Amino acid sequence: MSRPRTQAEYLARLVPPSVAGLNRRTLLAGAAGAGALLGTGLLAGCGDSDSGGSGAKSVSMGSNASDPTPKDVLAKVSAAFKTSSGIEVAINTVDHNTFQENINNYLQGKPDDVFTWFAGYRMRFFAARGLAGDVSDVWGKLSGFSDAFKKASTGDDGKQYFVPFSYYPWAVFYRKSVWQQHGYQVPKNLDEFTALANQMKKDGLVPIGFADKDGWPAMGTFDILNLRINGYQFHVDLMAGKEAWTSDKVKKVFDTWAGLLPLHQPDSLGRTWQEAAQTLQQKKSGMYLLGLFVAQQFNADEQDDIDFFTFPEIDPTIGAKALDAPIDGYMMARKPKSEDNAKKLLEYIGGVDAANIAVKTDPGTLVANSGADTSGYSALQKKAAELVGSATEIAQFLDRDTRPDFASTVIIPALQQFIKDPKDIGGLLTSIENQKKSIFTS
Amino acid sequence: MSDLPLIQADRAVEPPAATTTTGGRGRRLRLLSRTDRVVITLMVLVPLLLVTALVWLPALATVLLSGTDWDGIGPLSDIDFVGGRNYSDVLTIYPPFMPAVRHNLLWLAVLFLLATPFGMFLAVLLDKELRGSRFYQTALYLPVVLSLALIGFVWQLIYSRDQGLLNAVLGTDTDWYGDPSVNIWAVMLASGWRHVGYIMLLYLAGLKGVDPALREAAAVDGASEVKSFFRVVFPVMRPINIIVLVVTVIESLRAFDLVWVVNKGRNGLELLSALVTQNVVGEASRIGFGSALATIMLVVSLVFITIYLATVMRGEDR
Repeated sequence: MSRPRTQAEYLARLVPPSVAGLNRRTLLAGAAGAGALLGTGLLAGCGDSDSGGSGAKSVSMGSNASDPTPKDVLAKVSAAFKTSSGIEVAINTVDHNTFQENINNYLQGKPDDVFTWFAGYRMRFFAARGLAGDVSDVWGKLSGFSDAFKKASTGDDGKQYFVPFSYYPWAVFYRKSVWQQHGYQVPKNLDEFTALANQMKKDGLVPIGFADKDGWPAMGTFDILNLRINGYQFHVDLMAGKEAWTSDKVKKVFDTWAGLLPLHQPDSLGRTWQEAAQTLQQKKSGMYLLGLFVAQQFNADEQDDIDFFTFPEIDPTIGAKALDAPIDGYMMARKPKSEDNAKKLLEYIGGVDAANIAVKTDPGTLVANSGADTSGYSALQKKAAELVGSATEIAQFLDRDTRPDFASTVIIPALQQFIKDPKDIGGLLTSIENQKKSIFTS
Repeated sequence: MSDLPLIQADRAVEPPAATTTTGGRGRRLRLLSRTDRVVITLMVLVPLLLVTALVWLPALATVLLSGTDWDGIGPLSDIDFVGGRNYSDVLTIYPPFMPAVRHNLLWLAVLFLLATPFGMFLAVLLDKELRGSRFYQTALYLPVVLSLALIGFVWQLIYSRDQGLLNAVLGTDTDWYGDPSVNIWAVMLASGWRHVGYIMLLYLAGLKGVDPALREAAAVDGASEVKSFFRVVFPVMRPINIIVLVVTVIESLRAFDLVWVVNKGRNGLELLSALVTQNVVGEASRIGFGSALATIMLVVSLVFITIYLATVMRGEDR
């Protein structure tokens, strides 16, 4: 370990992680703020005097931000980090899906000091297997995150392993102009939702856009129905393998879905989400349940025409306050080449400045830090932030909330099988349960 | 060539009895110099080591891992053996397995019964020195130059349900890649498109090598075109026929790229190779389970290889 470089860092080391609490956080946040006020020259100056093994002034980052907009955000954030700290960030961008598929090998090999990842089961799994670095002391210096975000960043051992950066909610999207033309109203419960969809069918629209060629979009439908019918805690337990898939509760989810399936866009298994989003954009379908990133498929002058509502209530005792809002963020490798630089970078990423850059650059996402200046949000972003802010519980999405082997080798084929043949729900659930037992016991 | 005298010395100490019993063949062996022997040993050892290290050890490791539940993370000492559980899981509770076996067999049948004969037929036609035969050759061979992954993308543009060429031209709304009863045929058409060109070229090269005198003789004897092909040309082409057969079997066993590009081998496009990849390579990391699938695939391949080798060797003995 090298010497602390800032007062904040020094203070952070005085407090053992076990007594980390609110007081310490606010104190340190104040200290970090004071450090920032003293100017960036201090950090840069200290960096110069660094002669320890941390390899001076660079830090490497493995990034899955292969799409142009997120890539641009990251480039700008790292440029700003360089200006403020003098530390160069070497970004290794890998295609988003490839990064995700290779994550096991990547982390066991020689990973970059800092890497992009998601909150949820998989993050906790890597932390538990010792493949990620403890960043609790970085959290000591962060401010502006709600408890929900801190909880989403905490591993099974109570330490933090993740710094949230952005998130996006899943909701039912539609075009205001189409709805105005037909006089549609936002449905408040399942009956109204079904009636609305039937009306759309009569009006010659595809009621609910749908695509599942890639296997994951249908998970969003399953998640939201499960959250509405059985609630958040059941979702968590089901994903953790503690609840039986053959239970009546899960059966009810699929029964409800089977009732709605005729109102979904047919032949979804050959369609990508982009194609389904384009049918919404071309005013051929009435609504579409997807993440906020659906906006990418709309032209710039159509952005104001996009609106959404959260999936309506099904069971009044459960309500409609829970939703999927996956959080993207950053983690540290188990043995970073320069731990100090990595932690500085994570601290910067979790800070307000980085969040402000993201607000200005990417209209398709929401920043996690509540201290950020969100006046630059579009109307859609503002509404999305309000939706997530009012949510009682936030789920991470099926494939982030459960074992990846279970999600990809069992759930994806099973949901596709259900979409193909919605009649044999009992047989399907027995098959899922048998495979679940085998996977979760290994 | 300073080794030369040593040969003499070697021969000199050889017991004379051996020379008399083994005859010419034994003599030739003993004529090898030390350099020759070193070279031969190296020529045998190096490929043997390579094959062992790169083929047999991984294959053996796969078989061993198939008895474990390793998730690919952590030291090898963490691996627990679970006996035959992966195999019983594959056979009893893994729904994509049986479709995958069916699709692999279907793939083999279609390539063997349709694509390969069609490629051979085209080769015979092109061998007739048609006008523009070079152009046809190039056009038919072109798909072979493309990688199968690229072919997947190209055909995606044709097959897309909402935006594809095929539905636009036919005025239909068939979900070519999504409907599980259609997509395997759609994919095999794309795969056959490439396979036909490959077989055509192989066979054409063989046909060019057939002595024209044979055909002339057949014609003089009054054999028809068809008869002279099946009775004279086809038997003469035996070595090429075997190559074509092997290529067909290999292509159908390693069918993978295309379905992976289309939908990662799910929903009607299950193939053994795709299932292995889904389980082992991706984020899933079910190394043990995936290895069990790979072992099954190895056994299936061995069946075909054995049949092939048996056929070839029996033919050679004749």
